[in-house]
Amino acid sequence: MKRTALAFAAGLALFPLAAFAHKTWLLPSQTVIAGDNAAITVDAAVSNDLFYFNHVPLQTSGLIITAPDGSRVSPENLATGRFRSVFDVPLAQQGTYRLAVVNNGLFASWKENGQPKRWRGDADAFARAVPQNAQDLQVSQAITRVETFVTHGAPNRTALAPAGIGIELDPVTHPNDLFVGEEAVFRVLVDGKPRPGLQIELVRGGTRYRDAQEELQATTDANGVFKVRWPQPGMYWMEISSSDDRTSVPQARQRRLNYAATFEVLPQ
Amino acid sequence: MRPTLSLAIGSLLFAPVHAADLSVEVEIPRINAAEYHRPYVAIYVETTAGQAAANLAVWYQDQNGKEGHGSKWLPDLRQWWRKSGRTLKVPVDGITGPTRPVGRHVLKFDDRHPELAKLPPGQYVLVVEAVREVGGRELLKIPFDWKGRPSKGSVQGNSELGKVSLSSTP
Repeated sequence: MKRTALAFAAGLALFPLAAFAHKTWLLPSQTVIAGDNAAITVDAAVSNDLFYFNHVPLQTSGLIITAPDGSRVSPENLATGRFRSVFDVPLAQQGTYRLAVVNNGLFASWKENGQPKRWRGDADAFARAVPQNAQDLQVSQAITRVETFVTHGAPNRTALAPAGIGIELDPVTHPNDLFVGEEAVFRVLVDGKPRPGLQIELVRGGTRYRDAQEELQATTDANGVFKVRWPQPGMYWMEISSSDDRTSVPQARQRRLNYAATFEVLPQ
Repeated sequence: MRPTLSLAIGSLLFAPVHAADLSVEVEIPRINAAEYHRPYVAIYVETTAGQAAANLAVWYQDQNGKEGHGSKWLPDLRQWWRKSGRTLKVPVDGITGPTRPVGRHVLKFDDRHPELAKLPPGQYVLVVEAVREVGGRELLKIPFDWKGRPSKGSVQGNSELGKVSLSSTP
């Protein structure tokens, strides 16, 4: 019993509800890299303050690192501590790497012989794990993506290709080409298609040293596009949330979608 | 009759030698720092719209140091890196070279320079960008006319660069 409750708590850390308002993030040591034997290190955490790992680590089970040629790269020295996960990424190729923690999970709760039961897992395991005629069955789905981008040498776009599920960013402006005072243009996709009317929130790092969040807000237009002009250099955290009923199993009524990404904006 | 003829022959002889040229003087200032490293410097030409047009010189540490190869820090020349540095495979013959000491450095280029040879006549901007390890960064610009009217210009840096001056003749 205690174990399932713990697992469920871990699930919440993995798929933070919008109401919890904790921010999930990856923080790369550098985003623009050159030279031989290039590598970066990345912090991964869940917190309110940006970018301070003072709450819980981000679980990295869904970590996918895509190389400039589209192949997968394994992280090195992956460890999860009390407050953060950390891993290194060797950058053997020239071009843009996409680092993403992607999760697509179902959450179920029901009653069995008067006892509450909880389960989380993917759509394939659902039918086996959850009884067909479960009493008071509640199921929800969450698709989350937490990502960042780094470029070794000249940027390219192979790794930026959308996977076609959940909320994704289809960057018109390359995510490693962001400069103060310039306008960046992004398209937001849901299941691979541009989605109008989504709210975007952007917060610059270093929140501990100022009184207000100073968040930037935008909404996607009819083509799913939004624009942002960066007021200051720094690491920015972006979040986009939505929900719909396009679930993977009919028992799930609602699907929560969350996207979070970290971008570095350079001075002129 | 005869003097005119020799003059005509003379101009024929000299015409091909008269090439458009660009002379640039860059001063690296003396900086009183406990830990001083020579700056990385990129000297390049961009269009008036800010697009990369020609790389003239890039000075950096092209060897392995205690902290790895010096090319690791080239992106610190932020604008140069973004506009053209990141697409170059360094070292580049005739363009890249080692870092230079404090003092005035005179560079002379003409239209036989591999990058200037491709540059169509028009208005351009000379950019000198310098960045120093454990120091700062400075970027200076001087507009000039390439293969148009003769141009002269100078600008005074106030941190990582001293006086930068330019003269070009068509």
